[in-house]
Amino acid sequence: MEVFLILLLLCCFLCLYRVGAGPTPPDRTVAIDILGILMVGFCAILSLYTGKDLYMNVAISWALLSFIGTTALAKYLEGRTFDE
Amino acid sequence: MSSLVIILLSLAAFFNFAGCVGMLRFPDIYNRLQASTKCATLGTILILTALIVHFGWNSISIKAIFCIVFVLLTSPAAAHAISRGSHRAGFPLWEGSIMDRYRDDFPQKPRE
Repeated sequence: MEVFLILLLLCCFLCLYRVGAGPTPPDRTVAIDILGILMVGFCAILSLYTGKDLYMNVAISWALLSFIGTTALAKYLEGRTFDE
Repeated sequence: MSSLVIILLSLAAFFNFAGCVGMLRFPDIYNRLQASTKCATLGTILILTALIVHFGWNSISIKAIFCIVFVLLTSPAAAHAISRGSHRAGFPLWEGSIMDRYRDDFPQKPRE
């Protein structure tokens, strides 16, 4: 069981490398999006490991906030304002 | 924990790892989007399916079903928004790319 948590942590570090070293801003945006989705899977594996209900609430709200943040960053990339 | 849960979690870990390696190795923003979004979405959905298989009919599995529906709805929308925004902002394709159909409809303005 701990093997999957360690593999997901390794994936998170690969995404953090792309956030730091991405040559263009869209690369960083993609890496932040994938980091949020990986965190949803991480919370799901924690909920499977402990059998508690709490981590699924964290996963649902994390997925929602990650989607809102990614959409805002995409509009910023396109060069529009937020009220358009 | 049954063996089906172990198989689902192993497949999910493989897809997550393949997506992250693809995001690290591909040369272009659009190639990176293709690899990372598909593989990470499939990996997360397989993890949540393993949760449903393990717990049966439970409050955790109901929340996992909500989470599956939400990820299936929002992850392609976010990927489409990123690719459309970066193409319209003028980020170039990889020099080995041979076709760009989106440019015919919306001409790419050069980056300042």
